[in-house]
Amino acid sequence: MNERNASSAIEVTDLTVAYHEKPVLWDVDLDVPPGVLMAVVGPNGAGKTTMIKAILGLMKPAAGQVLIYGKPYQEQRKLVGYVPQRGSVDWDFPTNVLDVVTMGTYGSLGWIRRPGRSEREKALAALDQVGMRPFADRQISQLSGGQQQRVFLARALVQEAQVYFMDEPFQGVDATTERAIVSLLQALRAAGKTVVVVHHDLQTVPEYFDWVTLINVRRIASGPVKEVFTDKNLRLTYGGRVAFLSHNGAGEMAVKQDV
Amino acid sequence: MNLFDLFSDYTLRTVALGAGVLGLVSGALGGYAVLRKQALLGDAVSHAALPGIALAFMLTGSKAPLVLVLGAAIAGWLATLLVISIVKTTRIKDDSALGLLLSVFFGFGLMLLTFIQRTPDAAKAGLDKFLFGQAATLLASDVLTMSVLGLIVLALVALLWKEFKLLTFDPAFGASLGFRMRFLDVALTTLIVVAIVVGLQTVGVVLMSAMIVAPASAARQWTDRLAVMIGLAGLFGALAGVSGAVISSSTTQLPTGPTIVLSISVLVFFSLCLAPNRGLVWSWARRQRNKRQLRVDSVLGDLFTLAQQHRDANHAHSISVLRAMNAGRGGVKRSLDEMRRLGWVQQVNGHEYALTQLGRAEAEKKMSQSEV
Repeated sequence: MNERNASSAIEVTDLTVAYHEKPVLWDVDLDVPPGVLMAVVGPNGAGKTTMIKAILGLMKPAAGQVLIYGKPYQEQRKLVGYVPQRGSVDWDFPTNVLDVVTMGTYGSLGWIRRPGRSEREKALAALDQVGMRPFADRQISQLSGGQQQRVFLARALVQEAQVYFMDEPFQGVDATTERAIVSLLQALRAAGKTVVVVHHDLQTVPEYFDWVTLINVRRIASGPVKEVFTDKNLRLTYGGRVAFLSHNGAGEMAVKQDV
Repeated sequence: MNLFDLFSDYTLRTVALGAGVLGLVSGALGGYAVLRKQALLGDAVSHAALPGIALAFMLTGSKAPLVLVLGAAIAGWLATLLVISIVKTTRIKDDSALGLLLSVFFGFGLMLLTFIQRTPDAAKAGLDKFLFGQAATLLASDVLTMSVLGLIVLALVALLWKEFKLLTFDPAFGASLGFRMRFLDVALTTLIVVAIVVGLQTVGVVLMSAMIVAPASAARQWTDRLAVMIGLAGLFGALAGVSGAVISSSTTQLPTGPTIVLSISVLVFFSLCLAPNRGLVWSWARRQRNKRQLRVDSVLGDLFTLAQQHRDANHAHSISVLRAMNAGRGGVKRSLDEMRRLGWVQQVNGHEYALTQLGRAEAEKKMSQSEV
């Protein structure tokens, strides 16, 4: 993908989503270069999940256009991987870990064709990457929250995409899993992939990510963490409720513990 | 009536075959309805089918099963679409929408049925069997129609196996892969509607939803694999269908629907109690075992603490001390017996207990585990 570096990995223009006439996402523009790890932050109900769902066509936007590597999303679907919120599915569904991860290959299989040996091997390799290989035959109802999240990540890895959208992958996971996910995300970035992550923990943004988008229905700011993750932008996004951030030296963010 | 009758008696064979097919198809498709938490949809569809059956008869004057089934399917499908669009466009939630549609359609159906009964026409007789079902009236041609429809439904489920699994487990992810989930949703719902209307003549509109929900609920208890669950649900449905239909037609005029539903209920009851892992009996036994284990651990811990308070590691303590330490949890004597069996404690002076070498090692192991 290096030769395309000139163009943007994700280009969103005028994305607007309304629910019962109330706008939940208003006129959002995004321009994300390839090979960055981007956090999407904003208060509850700011439209973070809605933005991802609208970009992926899971929700019908009232207006807007989404380009992936310069072409409409519908044509580039195979380049895009998706990790939904862990809580969006019923984990009591009768199936095992390997089967869920294999679902990541369904897109390239297309209609009717069943997964075979090579799909199974891809799924096992992805389980290796997230450290869940020993759990391949495990019932999904027996997984912890962190393990569920890793299974979802493995399923996305199997998609072998260029651009990934992840909805709160850090939600309710233990510290070990959080570290494992971070190093996985960084490995993806090192491989030239673009990863967009809905994130809640403001304190870890400068540590984990190199790019950030702040939204609260409207887009407040989007760009490199060092430039846009500022006190002023955070105040604009959260309405002055973030008292625990302050400047420290040359534009770098430092994080104080909650007062 | 014996097993031999089942194979020699033509009527009985027809009835059993028809009920078996209906149980197989509704059981298998019901698996999806239950997993998608659409169990109530079956209830709405089957009740909503009644006006369809009545109207089909009034318009054509025919009681051919295919005509009536078509009327039932159209009405059932219409009700489903209405439920979906009510949920989408208004603030009425799906349970209220289902209840609303179910009663409106069913009430309308009953009205039409009463109207038909009052018209002086010899052909009218027999439509009321759709209320509670009457397997004895099944003809070989009916069974053939049911079998063909059932085969088509099951073949489509097999063909779209991977897609339906995706739809049932994670529709949003499926849509992101580029599968047309709206189409799959309508397709699967249509197949469920077909499975329901196929069984209406035998089981009746009032109880048909049980044939959707019950076999799947029973099957879910026994397995953690989708394919096994769907297969088992079909098997349970067929089993209940055959036994219910045979019982109801071997006695005089016992309505088939209730008999079949009672058969499947027995299966559900046994599955809920006895299935490994999920069954109530097993989880009760597991809880008891855990409780016993916890009591043994706490008595072991108490003895260890006591032993550490004395220079003499073999210092023995009476059971009343342990009971006091174990306040309220009970079962101290039983735990001590268990520990003696394991060689962790020895009895000193009749009713005093002391840890053995093995018991001390065990206690130290458990302590270090709980510190990690």
